[in-house]
Amino acid sequence: MAHHNSLGKVLSLTPAVLIFAVLALLPVINLFIVSFHEVSWLGGAKQMEWVGVDNYIAIGDDPLFKAGVFNTIIVVLVATTAQVVIGLGLALACSSVGDKSRPFRALLILPLLIPGIVIGAIWRLMYNSEFGIFNLILESIGLSGHDWLGSSSTALAAVIVVDVWHWMPFAFLLLLAAVESLPRDVSEAAKIDGATAWQEFRKVTLPLLYPAIFMTFLFRAVMASKIFDEVFLLTAGGPGTSTEVVSFTIFQRYFLQDNAGYGSALSVSIIFVVSVIIVIALNANKSKGMSQ
Amino acid sequence: MSHAVSKRYNRTTNYLIGFLVLAVFTTLAPFVYIAMSSFKTQISLLMGDVKFTPTLMNYNEVLFDRTSDYLRNFTNSVVVTSISTSLVIVIAFFAGYSLFRMRWPTYVVNIFLIWSMAFNLIPSVTLASAWYDLARSVGLNNDYIALILAHMTLHLPMALWLLASFFREIPRELEDAAYVDGASFVTLVRRVVAPLMMPGLMATGILIFVFSWNEFPVALALTNNDTGTVPVAIAKYAQEEEIKYTQMAAASVLSAVPALLVLLFGQRFIVRGLTAGAVK
Repeated sequence: MAHHNSLGKVLSLTPAVLIFAVLALLPVINLFIVSFHEVSWLGGAKQMEWVGVDNYIAIGDDPLFKAGVFNTIIVVLVATTAQVVIGLGLALACSSVGDKSRPFRALLILPLLIPGIVIGAIWRLMYNSEFGIFNLILESIGLSGHDWLGSSSTALAAVIVVDVWHWMPFAFLLLLAAVESLPRDVSEAAKIDGATAWQEFRKVTLPLLYPAIFMTFLFRAVMASKIFDEVFLLTAGGPGTSTEVVSFTIFQRYFLQDNAGYGSALSVSIIFVVSVIIVIALNANKSKGMSQ
Repeated sequence: MSHAVSKRYNRTTNYLIGFLVLAVFTTLAPFVYIAMSSFKTQISLLMGDVKFTPTLMNYNEVLFDRTSDYLRNFTNSVVVTSISTSLVIVIAFFAGYSLFRMRWPTYVVNIFLIWSMAFNLIPSVTLASAWYDLARSVGLNNDYIALILAHMTLHLPMALWLLASFFREIPRELEDAAYVDGASFVTLVRRVVAPLMMPGLMATGILIFVFSWNEFPVALALTNNDTGTVPVAIAKYAQEEEIKYTQMAAASVLSAVPALLVLLFGQRFIVRGLTAGAVK
């Protein structure tokens, strides 16, 4: 409509555009440039030496990065699946209990609001091999304790348990919204036709929820692939490389070892992979839109 | 409903409530554990005492001991989180109004869409390294300003994304009517759009506040002892040679205060915001 004041329209968008250009785009371009250099700092002045694609070639031989990619995939698959399954169970339970479940819902989302670092601190205490609650319980019933975070056989599983506990409520919330928006008449029709509760769930409810389950899985998978805070506090990637994850590898290479050139190459590679995923997703969306 | 059926129905409901009670217990037990640990002495925790005399010593040391930076870290968090959240909300509100309610070429809208997708997908450690290099080059590392700007950049696309669904709910007729009545752009935004967007702005604001308060990798990269936020402070406890577990517990409990306030007063907004971003 012609009445839309174009000065107001442009001015309203300007701050966001500035932030995008100066604080999002520029740093990423800078990161790209740095990734072709060897960086050192001499008395507050940055020294950059051109090394071509050496940093990118080095990624293939990086044992930390390989372990990081492998463990991240495990965390994403196992944690996300567990969160969706438990979250769906709780969402269905809440919806069929009805109004009486309101207080439960509020309490269930608490972990979502707590800093990841604090979640890590809490579980680090509980996992402690000498005085942690898990070992105290085991010892009180006559079993021997275990160094959950310190042994490479259980460290990754311990991290996954924390992630499931931390983020299951998010899957629960999304799935609860989906369950509550299901049409009531379909399930009533199934009941009238004499379907058992299991048949109704398996043949009616679940298929209707597939899109929401898929979306929740995707959302959680993306978030889980970025896992950092909990690993930082619980295990710092150890013992050995048994809980090394991609974000932590970048942190180690870039910040702890002060290897800005190589760290930038790792970051740029991740951004590249993400960009490819976005392009594929957008195209899939577009072709879906055209077929409709 | 016959008597037998209603009885069966009640039993199922009881099982389901039992399941929910179990889930809530699993959710809350770790918080109870950390809260209890924060009132123990270090020795009592190491001995694994079940019975203990509660002490406020840990809180006293975390907050008021001269060697503790926690109070400053807490203030830093309040400053960084409130400033970055307020600016994000104002900027996102105007940008969202312009983007979603006025005519822009498709590619402009797409830039923001892709920006928000990318920033949701890219691990923030990656962005932390990008900002760190830039901040160090202009001498802003270890400064509030760098972290505030970084948090704004991190959360602005998310805020736009969340606000989009709320903007769509405002009926266009209201704006048109205001224009016909001769309202200026400023009047329109102030008197018509802003009041209608209040619930959306609250939901987005609370959520961004929580995200900013909890954010760790970028804060770790861009701050030092003086400017570190609460998560950075708690991570520091865990890195010491002899970990002061009970103090770490007390610091953790204190860090959860904003989250508890949000849960008490803004739970509806949080649920609305979290689901608005994903379910459309």
